[in-house]
Amino acid sequence: MLARTADNLFWLARYVERAEFTARIIDITARLAALPKAYGNSGSEWESALSAVGSLERFNETYDTPDEASVIEFLIFDPENASSIRSCIELARTNARAVRTALTADMWQSINACWLELRNYEQTRAPFERMSRERIDPFLDVVKTMSRDFDGAGYRNMLRNDAYWFNRLGLYMERADNTARILDVKYHVLLPENETVGGSLDYFQWTAILRAVNAFTAYHWVYRQGIKPWLIADLLILKKEMPRSLTSCYDNLAHFLDAIGRAYGVQGPSQRHARSVLLRLENCEVQDVFQNGMHEFITQFLTDNSRLGTLVAEQYLLN
Amino acid sequence: MVEQTFWDEMTSDGADARAVYARVDQWLRDTPPDVLAARRSQAELLFRRIGITFAVYGAKDAGERLIPFDIIPRVIGQSEWSLLEKGLIQRVKAINAFLTDIYGAREILRAGLIPSDLVYRNPHFRPEMAGRRAPHDIWVHIAGIDIVRTGESDFYVLEDNARTPSGVSYMLENREVMMRLLPDLFGAHRVAPVENYTDLLLNCLRSVAPIGSSREPVVALLTPGQYNSAYYEHSFLADRLGVELVEGHDLSVRDDVVYMRTTQGPKRVDVIYRRIDDDYLDPLAFRADSALGVPGLVNAYNAGNVTLSNAIGTGVADDKAMYTYMPEIVRFYLGEEAILKNVPTWRCREADALKYVLEHLGELVVKEVNGSGGYGMLVGPHATRAEIEDFRAKLTEAPDNYIAQPTLSLSTCPAFVESGVAPRHVDLRPFVLTGADGSRVVPGGLTRVAMRAGSLVVNSSQGGGTKDTWIIEDA
Amino acid sequence: MRIHIRHEIVQTFTPPAKGLNAIMRLTPRSHEGQHVIDWRVEIDADCRLRNSDDSFGNLTQAISLAGPTGQLRIAAEGVVETFDAAGIVRNSAERFPPELFLRETLLTTPDAALRAFASDVEGSDAIERLHALLVRVSERFEVPEDAKPTKHAAGAGPGAAHAFAASAGSAHDLAHVFVACARLMGAPARVVSGHYVSEDEASAACHAWAEAHVEGVGWIGFDPLLGICPHESHVRIACGLDALDAAPLRTAGASAVVDTTSILVRMADRQMQGQRQQ
Repeated sequence: MLARTADNLFWLARYVERAEFTARIIDITARLAALPKAYGNSGSEWESALSAVGSLERFNETYDTPDEASVIEFLIFDPENASSIRSCIELARTNARAVRTALTADMWQSINACWLELRNYEQTRAPFERMSRERIDPFLDVVKTMSRDFDGAGYRNMLRNDAYWFNRLGLYMERADNTARILDVKYHVLLPENETVGGSLDYFQWTAILRAVNAFTAYHWVYRQGIKPWLIADLLILKKEMPRSLTSCYDNLAHFLDAIGRAYGVQGPSQRHARSVLLRLENCEVQDVFQNGMHEFITQFLTDNSRLGTLVAEQYLLN
Repeated sequence: MVEQTFWDEMTSDGADARAVYARVDQWLRDTPPDVLAARRSQAELLFRRIGITFAVYGAKDAGERLIPFDIIPRVIGQSEWSLLEKGLIQRVKAINAFLTDIYGAREILRAGLIPSDLVYRNPHFRPEMAGRRAPHDIWVHIAGIDIVRTGESDFYVLEDNARTPSGVSYMLENREVMMRLLPDLFGAHRVAPVENYTDLLLNCLRSVAPIGSSREPVVALLTPGQYNSAYYEHSFLADRLGVELVEGHDLSVRDDVVYMRTTQGPKRVDVIYRRIDDDYLDPLAFRADSALGVPGLVNAYNAGNVTLSNAIGTGVADDKAMYTYMPEIVRFYLGEEAILKNVPTWRCREADALKYVLEHLGELVVKEVNGSGGYGMLVGPHATRAEIEDFRAKLTEAPDNYIAQPTLSLSTCPAFVESGVAPRHVDLRPFVLTGADGSRVVPGGLTRVAMRAGSLVVNSSQGGGTKDTWIIEDA
Repeated sequence: MRIHIRHEIVQTFTPPAKGLNAIMRLTPRSHEGQHVIDWRVEIDADCRLRNSDDSFGNLTQAISLAGPTGQLRIAAEGVVETFDAAGIVRNSAERFPPELFLRETLLTTPDAALRAFASDVEGSDAIERLHALLVRVSERFEVPEDAKPTKHAAGAGPGAAHAFAASAGSAHDLAHVFVACARLMGAPARVVSGHYVSEDEASAACHAWAEAHVEGVGWIGFDPLLGICPHESHVRIACGLDALDAAPLRTAGASAVVDTTSILVRMADRQMQGQRQQ
């Protein structure tokens, strides 16, 4: 297939995934910010939301204080913010338009409908007043639904050929990146066993992380016990059965890269790299992660993940 | 204003429907307006879902707009069609012979049949192509000839589109929607199929691949990109043809061979169905600032390693000034009389004609020689005094740029509009495909309809709509 | 005059260009005013040099470089014998009737100011009018002595109307202005690219002038930059409707910044050796 088509499919999936992640971050932040101080509300929730999506610096360039209205405006509507939900959906749509015939009609429609909805919000309200507390939930649902529809329609209806595989590569690479980032921002509340930090006050922080990656229920099914920070780390990094864990993402990445390699009859640097990252994750225990420092572990992972992006681009997308 | 009478394709001026329209007439009588309205919104929904949109140049939100679709089919009998078909093929044959000559021996200029400056100073003439031959001497593989009708057997050619004619996707989509929308009405007629158009097109494109490639020729469709007004059509056609839809930067040229960048490395391309204008094709040969084109493409073409469809420089044949010489062109190359008539035309470059035109501006349609899309045009009987004076000044300033034609009594067809079923003016663009093994016309075409009462302008950019065209067995 | 010259072009690409294609018009043809004794073009890269001629009869070479290419060095070298023919070009390779050269191109489209300028030119016959035009164009443009365009890039400039409004420009711009006006005056006209070789330091690697056609006489050269008709010092390389058609070098490929330098070296006046040392 055309290198550009593959590139469009790859980025399309990344932008959809990123939009959903940002929506989730806004969701949990609104939840935390609504708690009384005694339950762990530090007053800087909106600032840490910016850290979680990696946009704090960018925000500080144009806005004064990270209050709720500004952060929401910035994360949802700001066209100057390349990671705002608006930018992500617009870019996803542009990419989708360019490869429309490679997508199923449902996939296109899920993105287009969300775009129209967003434009509607944008055109009917003035900046900073678009999101009242009552409106925000339904809006975030629209974004999450888009992502789910897009994903599901692709999973159900796309031919299992390179178009599908490149699309999935984008999805899992972005997902791995997002999970790693939220772990990195919150690693200080995920300290190992026996260390007492914050006590029960951190409970809401922990559950917020789980909710951010849609794993609150899954946690209980897997561990059948109360929320423990090291188990959260275990779940999000190492548990292969947890769809947003780093191991699961790399299991998928290695799988789809292998499919491409088999179809083209050539394996290359990106296949080797994905397999080696997966191997490292599979052979790792949660104690190792803490022993060597979780921040260091995550930093290394983010480097590896972005390296895979470069390798895929060089091997397939920039031909 | 001059009162004109128009020939209606359904009633032919009388009260009773013509034989080919008998069933449509009956259906219109039997179907209450609210059912028609329901069908229309159903059709609109179908189109929205498929995503047929077009962008209007200059429109503020150059986003996507739906082209109006009229659900009442236009019906043409097989015998009428056969005549048209012959005429169309003849016309395209003459155009190809003309282009071979103009870029070759230039015999028609030596014979003095066409003023030479009309060729040499024509902006669409490409000096770069002089002395080159198109593969199989076919320059125009895809032609869209605009036809208007004024009576039972009076067909006129309004315009020859020999560059990158568009609209064929509407012909195909309209048919699909009609079959879903009105299966009973459709089934009651024996409508000649159009859906094999893309198969014919693919065969046609493959047949003109460079000679000597032993494998199956690789075809690609070259688009200016998703912001082009016809992008939808480009992606639609690429999909139906089963070929890659490429943009300029997806292609590269190495040592006069064209490759496309794929996930598996460079892949050789043999035939390019290009929907980019000549000017932007290759920054090394034409406009140096073109970011849409492919550097080196013209050299690859001249080396015979890739076929461009349509060839470069075909615009010299479809220009409105050259149009006026088509009857002579047909006679010169084919030794036959043109089957399809030309609309009588005054060439304003000729002093006598200019004088006549200036005296009769209120009755005539004045067109810019190089204009398209219904822009830069004066429809005398519908123009205000100021518009007429404006054109008088333009004509006096640069008469060479204009031609004038009588306002044709364009035929009407029943259309379903706000006020109910009413006659509206139509034209027809059939598509002529020419490959190594001859020319073919898919029975049908794009019927454009002026949705506003009395309007003669059918262009989609000016509020025109489309309808399905049925070629049926004679009753 | 026997001239032995070497024309060197260096083009640098930042970042290095991939998939570069280039078309060169660096090889002169003989006509009555010049006889090409020996000529060759060299590229310092691994590529195939594809010889051809374009529709105007210019000799071209095309190359493709997979790259990445940081720098492209091209050299054209040869020996030409030139004769002063009072600017008249006879027996050149002609592929079109003169009439074709009445066409306007993007770079030679006149505006109102240029039209007015052209309509003021007077003279009793075509030749006189063209000479008057030559004087008027060269007078209008200020070319400071120290800025004699000896090192103009191979680019084609902003076009006749723009250059005219600015009253300043390169040899190409002046040629465009002359050509645009001559066409308005009814004379077929074209742009010529070539070298200007002089004893002093005023030699120009990428020079350009104009030619206009006069019925009964033929093509006559006019050099509006120097205000003269081309003579023995002009080496005629290529011609076309505008400078782009006659450009010594056109390159295109994926690259951000292209920098071109072009120099002309006058070699000792002797026969070229079969093998030159690098």
